[in-house]
Amino acid sequence: MRTRGFVAIFATILKYLCLIVLAVSFIFPILALVTASFRPGRDLLRYGITFKSIIPDSLDPKNFVALVKSRDGIYLTWFKNSLFLTILQTVLSLFFSSFVGYGLAKYHFRGRNTIFVIVLFVMMVPLQILMLPLYKLTAALGIMNTYLGVLLPFIVSPFAIFFFRQYAIGIPNDFIDAGRVDGLGEFRIFFKLITPLMAPAYGAMAILLAQQSWNNFLWPLIVMRTGNMFTLPIGLNSLLTPYGNNYDMLIAGSCAASIPIIIVFFFFQRYFISGLSAGGIKE
Amino acid sequence: MKASSYYHSQKLVPYVFVLPFLISIAVFYVYPIIGTIIMSFQQVVPGQTHFIGLANYKRVISSDFLTALKNSSIYTLLTILILVPGPIILAVLLSKGPSHMNNALRAAFFIPSLVSVVVAGTLFRLMFAANGKAVVNAMLAWFGLKPVDWILGGARQAMFLMVLVAVWRWTGVNIIYFLAGLQAIPEDLYDAAAIDGAGPLNKFFHITLPLLRPTIIFVTTISIFGGFAMFEESYVLWQGVSPNNFGLTIVWLIYQKGFQLGDMGTASAIGLVLMVIVFTLSLSVLNLFGFFKREE
Repeated sequence: MRTRGFVAIFATILKYLCLIVLAVSFIFPILALVTASFRPGRDLLRYGITFKSIIPDSLDPKNFVALVKSRDGIYLTWFKNSLFLTILQTVLSLFFSSFVGYGLAKYHFRGRNTIFVIVLFVMMVPLQILMLPLYKLTAALGIMNTYLGVLLPFIVSPFAIFFFRQYAIGIPNDFIDAGRVDGLGEFRIFFKLITPLMAPAYGAMAILLAQQSWNNFLWPLIVMRTGNMFTLPIGLNSLLTPYGNNYDMLIAGSCAASIPIIIVFFFFQRYFISGLSAGGIKE
Repeated sequence: MKASSYYHSQKLVPYVFVLPFLISIAVFYVYPIIGTIIMSFQQVVPGQTHFIGLANYKRVISSDFLTALKNSSIYTLLTILILVPGPIILAVLLSKGPSHMNNALRAAFFIPSLVSVVVAGTLFRLMFAANGKAVVNAMLAWFGLKPVDWILGGARQAMFLMVLVAVWRWTGVNIIYFLAGLQAIPEDLYDAAAIDGAGPLNKFFHITLPLLRPTIIFVTTISIFGGFAMFEESYVLWQGVSPNNFGLTIVWLIYQKGFQLGDMGTASAIGLVLMVIVFTLSLSVLNLFGFFKREE
């Protein structure tokens, strides 16, 4: 028994050694990004990320100063656009998707199964192939180059509906019946009783939806036409010209663009696995 | 059944609940899909759009399309081969042991997925820059290898880079899915197996893998959707112009035709072909896993 104990301890140490090496290699590019953002842009353009930029001899914050100051602080405008769109899209999407998901889970009505099949079907359609008609529709509605144009088509997320439906199925009907006995209306039951019960689901989906929205690329690339309406990914992409000398702004901007979403992750992290496991991917 | 009479008395309420979905589906999915189908048979020119039969579909079978299809297919296959087994093993390793340690490791794997594609693409471009000083080539030099032109050097290097970015960004997400799946496996199954003298490998192959099947199906299916929908990674890696189409994917081709060359008809036709491919593939995968067999 004793040697077995030693073997077990050795195995555990080996396991964590491997895991830590692997985890560090996943984090390495992010650390390289952070240190590179303190290096002169022209070096990056010429040599890429080098060991010298990863372990710099000096840290010069002037890229970040340039970020705020250059081109009349357009980076701050992009940041503001991204923040505004992400918050609005996440909140609206959480609200509508949980509303619909709960309705599909807890009511029996004609057409319910059909609607659920449509949800699954729509999840399968590659959104990119809808871009052309959506573009025409957005243009016809006169909401090109507006926040509304970016938000409107994707407020209701089929993936999130599916997820909330699975989660709501797990909530015992007794809660709902108790609410009815107390004379609450159907919508009050949802808002007063059910939403608090779905907190872990909201936490998990908040991370995924905020991440999607913050990093959304193709649709805003199509809708937003002028620099002052760009979101961060579109703005940063516009700096990526082969002949450009915008690498100061690009690299520091990439660094600063990644921070808010990492904060959101750590904020909701404790809900993440519990929220996902209680709903979603169980059959 | 007692509760159901309650529900039936509320005839209208359920429809109010699903109304937002119905409206948004009708306007932003059904209408565009029909629009795509119609456009795929049209020559779309502002002011004088007209039907041209199957001409767009004939135009689909071009060398660019075949390159894009090949790239997207290889990319999807490789990402599934790596991003399903890898995260399963990592999730199993991270599901037991000291929780603080596991949480920190999990976060380390997950953080890359929070970074925008544009940032990830830029980062990998800079790390894999062609000159000998850039970090990856500098590491190769330790082993006496010559610097590689990762971005423009050839189709293999390009594919390697695209898959690497995908692995970097999605490993953490898939770990989370599999961890969630693992939580649903009852602990007593493992206890019972331990009593029967099963070792860790035995438990993994006879309990963990079979019971993870729903999650494996889920992850494989979304990987097919994601793989064939890939556009942004290569668009950013090659800054919008890929010489010799090393990084060309189907969706990039749609973007190129529809928005850069203004040929919305052909772009729509390619989109529909893509949709058929994705549907067929994901349904066959689901079928292969026995998803449609009722298990009662």
